[in-house]
Amino acid sequence: MLDKNGIAKRIAQELQHGYYVNLGIGIPTLVANYIPEGIEVEFQSENGILGMGPFPEEGDEDADLINAGKQTITAMPGAAYFDSATSFAMIRGRHVQLTVLGAMEIAQNGDIANWKIPGRMVKGMGGAMDLVASAENIIVAMMHTNKRGESKLLEKCSLPLTGVGCVKKVVTNLAVMEIRDNGFYLVERAPGVSIDEIVDATDGRLIVPGDNIPEMEI
Amino acid sequence: MAINKKVANVEEACKGIKSGMTLMLGGFGLCGIPENSIAELVKMGVNELTCISNNAGVDDFGLGLLLQGKQIKKMISSYVGENDEFERQMLSGELEVDLIPQGSLAERCRAAGAGIPAFFTPAGYGTEVQGRKEVRMFKGKPHILETALEADFAIVKAWKGDSSGNLIFKATAKNFNPLMAMAGKITIAEVEELVPLGELDPNEIHTPGIFVQRVFQGAKYEKRIEQRTTQPKA
Repeated sequence: MLDKNGIAKRIAQELQHGYYVNLGIGIPTLVANYIPEGIEVEFQSENGILGMGPFPEEGDEDADLINAGKQTITAMPGAAYFDSATSFAMIRGRHVQLTVLGAMEIAQNGDIANWKIPGRMVKGMGGAMDLVASAENIIVAMMHTNKRGESKLLEKCSLPLTGVGCVKKVVTNLAVMEIRDNGFYLVERAPGVSIDEIVDATDGRLIVPGDNIPEMEI
Repeated sequence: MAINKKVANVEEACKGIKSGMTLMLGGFGLCGIPENSIAELVKMGVNELTCISNNAGVDDFGLGLLLQGKQIKKMISSYVGENDEFERQMLSGELEVDLIPQGSLAERCRAAGAGIPAFFTPAGYGTEVQGRKEVRMFKGKPHILETALEADFAIVKAWKGDSSGNLIFKATAKNFNPLMAMAGKITIAEVEELVPLGELDPNEIHTPGIFVQRVFQGAKYEKRIEQRTTQPKA
């Protein structure tokens, strides 16, 4: 079974040379720590930067330089700043190759819910709806089950949707799955996790292509 | 001859803002917010305001200050977390809230300034945001119709400006500011540094002065940081 860093490490293997990548808040942010050696990628933060760098050293924080999580950051050499309309033009116009974000629920048809829980304080969708509606390649990074032990991979989302039929791949602490043929197509198991454990933790339709599902190499 | 937009101070800049008006306020979180003008709105005591701003500040800074005085009737934003007073007023029904996807919010401001009354976007299709909006297929994909957002006043904050109203923003403090500057019937720009005419390189202007009606240098800037994140010195 993977921890949050393990999930991020596995997703980092999906990065390809020349990719512009948008990382959501939470586990997705950790992906930046595991860029495979020898490839060039740039991180976009939708509040208006391409070429986002690591957190600044103490004392070097700049109130004018933050990411979409409102955290102080740095800019890499070659970075660029732009306004919010240009930022979402990059996203809607499919200039950003990969979006990684967290979710509360995923449905087997690729629907995603990650912005609102009825009865609880609504904070807003921020840029999540624009991101999921347009991105070519969306990978969801999340735990397979919620804090109550209930599956987050469902036949249908119970929470208000963020986007419809948009998720392509899900990486959890238990498995890598692709959304295919109206189901979660099992691609890889996390180290030490059996197929049965994945079946038990998945409420939606899990497609298991044979008994030899490879274990992730991380 | 350049047209002079310079006003003496924040009081003069905010003249004419009245209760019940719709205001756009630039900034993302507390980054790039027009803090001098917000303080002046608190002083003026205008209320029943509709505020279009990506966020609603924190309890004791940014638009949170206007919420404290119950000066806002309605917020149009994409994300409003991190603010207890906001939550209280929203749950009690005192405050009306319209949540809009961030990219749609930005484009709706830009569209208003660009004379485009509405546009289709895929963001929000199949969600609560769709509501009764018109849906149309383009290239086999459903899109929803979003309309331009206008405002009586747009209040933006820039790093540098000149008396012509030309503006340059710094780093990610740019965010919604250039778009809202385009959308306001009257646009007020407060700047950290008002430089003499001719000093800004025309090649490097972000917002051309045509979009700005009033410009002034803010008396002081606190520039509060919402999430201070650092790593130890190497």
